[in-house]
Amino acid sequence: MSGYFAEIFSGAKSLASGMGITFRYMFKPVVTVQYPHATLKMPERYRGHIELVKDPESGEPKCIVCGMCQRACPSGCITVAGDKLEGEKKKVLSKYVLNFTTCSLCGSCVESCKPGAIQFSREYNLASTRKEDYTIDLLQRLREQR
Amino acid sequence: MNLHSEPIRLLAFLVGIIAFAALNAAYLVWLERKVAGHVQRRIGPKEVGPFGLLQPLVDGIKLMTKQVLIPDNIDPILFRLAPPLLLIPAVMSFVTIPFSETLVARDINLGLLMIFAFASINVLGILLGGWGSNNKYAVIAAARGVSQNVAYEIPMLITVITMVMITHTLNLNEIVRQQGGGIFNWYIFRWSANPLMLISFLIFFTCSLAETNRAPFDLGEAESELVAGYHTEYSGMGFGIFFMGEYANIVIGCSLATILFLGGWQCPFGLWPGVHWFLIKLYILIFTVILIRWTFPRTTIYGLLNLSWKVLIPFALFNLILTGAMIKIWPMIFP
Repeated sequence: MSGYFAEIFSGAKSLASGMGITFRYMFKPVVTVQYPHATLKMPERYRGHIELVKDPESGEPKCIVCGMCQRACPSGCITVAGDKLEGEKKKVLSKYVLNFTTCSLCGSCVESCKPGAIQFSREYNLASTRKEDYTIDLLQRLREQR
Repeated sequence: MNLHSEPIRLLAFLVGIIAFAALNAAYLVWLERKVAGHVQRRIGPKEVGPFGLLQPLVDGIKLMTKQVLIPDNIDPILFRLAPPLLLIPAVMSFVTIPFSETLVARDINLGLLMIFAFASINVLGILLGGWGSNNKYAVIAAARGVSQNVAYEIPMLITVITMVMITHTLNLNEIVRQQGGGIFNWYIFRWSANPLMLISFLIFFTCSLAETNRAPFDLGEAESELVAGYHTEYSGMGFGIFFMGEYANIVIGCSLATILFLGGWQCPFGLWPGVHWFLIKLYILIFTVILIRWTFPRTTIYGLLNLSWKVLIPFALFNLILTGAMIKIWPMIFP
């Protein structure tokens, strides 16, 4: 019989303290980000799809068209092509297409790139209903970023 | 034209009561979602209108434009009868609620009895809705709803009998009138009538939560087990009416708690009694109901019935005996 009242009392106490907690939480600041209206900046090490790195001096892509990334990619989603222009020593990047539909973001391409010409972007707003949106022309993307 | 003539009075109160019930149903959903949001540190509805205030309107339009799907092999009469059977008693109960001393649709002597008579029809709506749907989840939910309502009607009615023994009347307006002149005349603080008045209030409040199938007693619509409970097969406005009935019942339950224990339209410090005090107390109670829903997890059916039969009913019965003893013994000690 004594256990009966003790249980009711402790139960009522815990219910009251629970309601106290939710009541206090009601007045705490909101922690959610209102996504389409406000976005978070992705952290430094966020691994989005890859992007080309610009050479700060010339403004051109750092890529030397060695093709190592293309070879390192386990799913073959990178297509690189370069032209040998008149009067230039090195090849110049003419095409860098990433097929993001098969990319698994493993990072082998970034690891294999000796000159450090590709890096992970911090792009994450990638939802689309069309397949073509995921064939990303990275060279064009770099030019548009200027 | 005489504004106090009977047809005009009837029409005004009819429109007023239906508008009050419908607006409450709509805006309590909004309030519920806002409270739920802020308890979980979210915002809640915010897109439609300022602070999401037009959200209930848009939801209503959506519900009305939905196709009303009627499944095969149902009981056509019972299926259509259930939603109104849930809503009409709830709206009818508003007839005797005294919003202020003069703002009562019908100040009848048996107001309290009438509300409880209609409250028990409410169970029939749930049962018929579940039974008529030809859906096993709906039937299980209806059976749960009925067993729960039967279990909680007993302590609730015993508490009400206790109150009637103290007030000597079933007229709700008269009960409020007895509680005039400050906060210590409210029945929740009338220690001289019964020292356990606070417990009476808690029993009544808990029972009204269970009667309206609100969380944590919402076993009738336990989503994880029973899809949507007894209104699984209802779509469009059929579901909407169930929803409105449920919220109207919450308003009725909280109104009764306000009238019986918290002094209705009386002011806590004896000044300017009126409809505003009734509404303030009513919405504080409704807010508590909402906060309870977003604080406590759902109980089990056994926990629910145990609480009723092992805790609430013994306490309510003890209260009844104590009150009877107080009524007889108190005048003997202090003649």
